[in-house]
Amino acid sequence: MAMPEVTVLEEMLDARPNPLVQFIQLFSPKRWETQLVVLFIVSLLYGWWVSPYFLNLETFFFAGLNFGEIAIMALPMTLIIITGEIDLSVASMLGLSASTLGYLFMHGWNIWLAMGICLVVGVAGGALNGVLVTRLGLPSIAVTIGTLTLYRGIALIVLGSNTAVGFPTWTQKLSLPIGSTHIAYDFAIFVVLALIFGVVLHMTPVGRSIYAIGLQPETAFFSGIRVKRIKFSLYVISGFLCAFAGILYTFQQASSASDTGVGLELNVVAIALFGGVSIFGGRGTIFGVFVSVAIFASLQSSLTAINVSGQAQSIVTGCLLLLSVLIPNLSETVKRLRVKWFHARLRSVRRSGEVS
Amino acid sequence: MSVIDRTEAASPVTTSLFIKILKFRELAIVVAILLVFALTYFKNSSFASTASIQQMLSGPAIIIMLAVGETLVIVTRNVDLSVGSVLGLSAYLVGDLFVHYPHMPVVLALLVGLLIGLVCGVVNGVIVAYARVPALVVTLGMLYIIRGIDAIVVNGVQIQPSQIPQSFVNLGSGTILGIPILFLIAAAAVAIVGYVMRTFRPARDLYAIGSNPEAAVLAGVRVPRRVFSAFAISGALAGLGGALWLAEFATVASTAGSGYELNVVAAVVVGGVAIFGGSGTVLGAALGALLLNTIDQALVASRVSSFWNQAVAGMLLLVAIAFDRYVSVRAEKILRVEGAHRGDA
Repeated sequence: MAMPEVTVLEEMLDARPNPLVQFIQLFSPKRWETQLVVLFIVSLLYGWWVSPYFLNLETFFFAGLNFGEIAIMALPMTLIIITGEIDLSVASMLGLSASTLGYLFMHGWNIWLAMGICLVVGVAGGALNGVLVTRLGLPSIAVTIGTLTLYRGIALIVLGSNTAVGFPTWTQKLSLPIGSTHIAYDFAIFVVLALIFGVVLHMTPVGRSIYAIGLQPETAFFSGIRVKRIKFSLYVISGFLCAFAGILYTFQQASSASDTGVGLELNVVAIALFGGVSIFGGRGTIFGVFVSVAIFASLQSSLTAINVSGQAQSIVTGCLLLLSVLIPNLSETVKRLRVKWFHARLRSVRRSGEVS
Repeated sequence: MSVIDRTEAASPVTTSLFIKILKFRELAIVVAILLVFALTYFKNSSFASTASIQQMLSGPAIIIMLAVGETLVIVTRNVDLSVGSVLGLSAYLVGDLFVHYPHMPVVLALLVGLLIGLVCGVVNGVIVAYARVPALVVTLGMLYIIRGIDAIVVNGVQIQPSQIPQSFVNLGSGTILGIPILFLIAAAAVAIVGYVMRTFRPARDLYAIGSNPEAAVLAGVRVPRRVFSAFAISGALAGLGGALWLAEFATVASTAGSGYELNVVAAVVVGGVAIFGGSGTVLGAALGALLLNTIDQALVASRVSSFWNQAVAGMLLLVAIAFDRYVSVRAEKILRVEGAHRGDA
């Protein structure tokens, strides 16, 4: 009687993942993240090929400066998409935060107090999304299209067609490199946030719960995961960070208007999806999104260097996005089509057999 | 006992009333439109002038065209985010044709727009239906690709009003019996597609797919083929919308129609089409577009700062979604009660 139990135990011990094997598997060429790193190197080589001035620290600085806000917004977006929801209101929240900051500053508020209010607005906006999605159980894509319009609308009411300028001089430092390095403030903040998000998502019970929610909401619920609370918190974090990105953006541009960041939401979603986050939830890594940001930034820099207009560059964005979902599906599709052809041939052979 | 008796006696009445309301989701939007109209009219009587009403009908015509196509796609539990870009590309290419062949017949121009859209829709459809890739990602990718192609084609050279023949511009500004031609075209699209969606089996299949894709496959519905057709038609209508855009504005830059995709989805959702598919009508979507546009104009007419438009539209969208949710929860409850009663008998 004892024998089988021992074998089962031994088998279990054998099946326990070897840390070394696990570590090596991280670099498996089958992983989307590995493919992304290769793509990133290719994009760097491409930049180097088209422009000898590409591979220097200046490019790195400006790429960090241009992509900082989008990259920061992509982090909470990643977590939200992993839970199987989406937040399309991010860019409007950025615009609302920028407009609020501009309005309060124009009306003589202390800049720090105004920034605080912006963050509160962000939290409130995120909480509204969260309540509508979790407590009322409304579909997040519809809700956040609604709040996308609503927050942009409030930004318009707050600031109208005015442009706020004349922020304190210290804020201009944010558009310069940190000290004597070539690191943009945006980029530094993004890296720190990415580390925090990465640790939380991949190394804590909360992170595991986020995956569980995305894979099977009911199962997660019955395992005692507080599905609604976690989703709600993610929306609040998203609102907070978007408001924060709005403040950064305003200081860098040294001005704020109600149309700040119009249409960025789709860029943010594109970056997250290209980073290997599944739109159905349950899959995706912070590392993938990090490399995705790097690829987009590098391609934008090299294409700008050879005078490709911003709008024409969107072809590259679109193609990358399509490839990111088509390539993993390709082998499966080919297999399915071959099975289909096989059956069709089988049928025709049978039919001809019947005739003769 | 008496409690049970009472519920049994009361339930048929509430059910029939409630189901009636459910069936007339469109009626609720019509009432909302009339309400907005009446309120604005009391504030500013010129709101009911012929010109104002004509504007109210022709203004949303293009969004209605796109919303009709988008409804077909959303009913199958997919989404088409590329419609704005398709509209822009089609508007520019048709305009460019007029620059080279100023005497092109109007019908041909509309057909060309339709074909350009059809090509884009076919690409969307092939990738979504046959490569089995999520529609949101595919059409988001296509949104960028088509907009990029548009930018390269336009290359900074806009279409000017002087380059568009008068006969085509008339299409955008003319009226028949006082009704704007643009609105008539959009209404025809709603009528035709709406009738087809009610009557014919392939169109009913779209609802089956959206309600339960696995069940649809098991019931013998040719899911890929139907989904493909929905995307192709959506693209074609967006292309036709592009030609109409050219007729209405007579000037096209590379940004034409950008951001439209979310407006269209908003109109469709306000019109009572469930974002997760399976229910909703073309007429509802069209009325949703009409309502959003009427509110826009009502705000202008009642001299509320135009800065309020977007906030009001956003609020309305949220209310519409919440209302739909409330109605469906109530309906579910009633059906459950009814089912239980039938079980008793």
